[in-house]
Amino acid sequence: MEYLIGIQGQDFVLVAADNIAANSIIQMKQDQDKMFKLSDKILLLCVGEAGDTVQFAEYIQKNIQLYKMRNGYELSPKAAANFTRKNLADYLRSRTPYHVNLLLAGFDETDGPGLYYMDHLSALAKAPFAAHGYGAYLTLSILDRYYRPDLTRDEAVDLLKKCVEELNKRFILNLPSFSVRLIDTEGIHDLEKIMPVGAKSLARAPSS
Amino acid sequence: MSYDRAITVFSPDGHLFQVEYAQEAVKKGSTAVGVRGKNVVVLGVEKKTVAKLQDDRTVRKICALDDNVFMAFAGLTADARIVVNRARVECQSHRLTVEDPVTVEYITRFISSIKQRYTQSNGRRPFGISSLIVGFDFDGTPHLYQTDPSGTYHAWKANAIGRSAKTVREFLEKNYKEEHMESDTDVIKLAVRALLEVVQSGGKNIELAIMKRDESMKILVQEEIEEYVTAIEKEKEDAEKQKKKT
Repeated sequence: MEYLIGIQGQDFVLVAADNIAANSIIQMKQDQDKMFKLSDKILLLCVGEAGDTVQFAEYIQKNIQLYKMRNGYELSPKAAANFTRKNLADYLRSRTPYHVNLLLAGFDETDGPGLYYMDHLSALAKAPFAAHGYGAYLTLSILDRYYRPDLTRDEAVDLLKKCVEELNKRFILNLPSFSVRLIDTEGIHDLEKIMPVGAKSLARAPSS
Repeated sequence: MSYDRAITVFSPDGHLFQVEYAQEAVKKGSTAVGVRGKNVVVLGVEKKTVAKLQDDRTVRKICALDDNVFMAFAGLTADARIVVNRARVECQSHRLTVEDPVTVEYITRFISSIKQRYTQSNGRRPFGISSLIVGFDFDGTPHLYQTDPSGTYHAWKANAIGRSAKTVREFLEKNYKEEHMESDTDVIKLAVRALLEVVQSGGKNIELAIMKRDESMKILVQEEIEEYVTAIEKEKEDAEKQKKKT
């Protein structure tokens, strides 16, 4: 139902998430933000079990901030990803596992941009592009076909739009809007929401 | 197995000597001064001269607790580390549960209640530190609080703790002017002047941190402190010349 996607460029990471919060067959909210700011240059995109997502993401967020207060500098994206993985793995074999799928995107001054894929079994993989949700089955092939490591920012956004178009065409659910953010050396930038043409959205007033 | 003997007990005339001894330990620590302005809060500490081979960057007496609160202490550095760490965790825990940053009063109260607990627990001694806690609440009001080993806390406009705290406090009482608190430079200058009263050899032995509303804590570099010191010395000279003229 929920969809996350990340695309890494030469000096940036582009991420997007759908905006629907659903409860069984009802769309409760069309402007849900599924991205959590872990630090100035790290975003955590989190989907999965209702409640687990926010609880786990906020817990990680506050622990990353605590590290910053204690040590005077922020965790790198790689360290943050591994910290998250360890936490998820520890909870997995407890009585209270978190059922969440994550994408962690960040920019490190030394290592550059990084995109990390993590699933609910706490598998962690660094990848040039990744997606979560049923939508991933439809869009990974598009990313395979058109992704290049030297994509410019505009080309990456176009690639993202291609993926969203495909979802609009072939995915059974109506996903009317996607939040888009870009991380580069200057930090996290909000880009324009992608709203595929023809998708029915509460945001668009019906023509009378 | 828990301890079964209290260390901090009352004396016949109603004193808690362990707490008072802790306050003595604080009096031996290097001076810290805090000033609350209208738009900026300042903490300054006396930097003890470090040994030649020691890296002086590792002696940090001013600690950020969160993006909106920071503190300085006087007394046992090791004890302070524990208190600071607990406060930092509590700041994040507060944000996690109520989605808001702590108010300066809240975190002061938290630190004070830890200190008090240690005056009433088996097998533990009180913390040998007093602290000056400054910051801005999320509604923009600046605050300065002082805590001491007994676990009491009070709000102040300006205060000093540690060695020569009395001298510095008297200086602050004489020179604190409400009108000057509007200007950030005047607030900082007051803190520097107060410290200069008691530190030897001037700007080299001062560490200063400021926080402006909606900004995070900034530790001033040596050059910036020297600028203030030179400005202050010039003002003193000008004041002397004026006196001589009249």
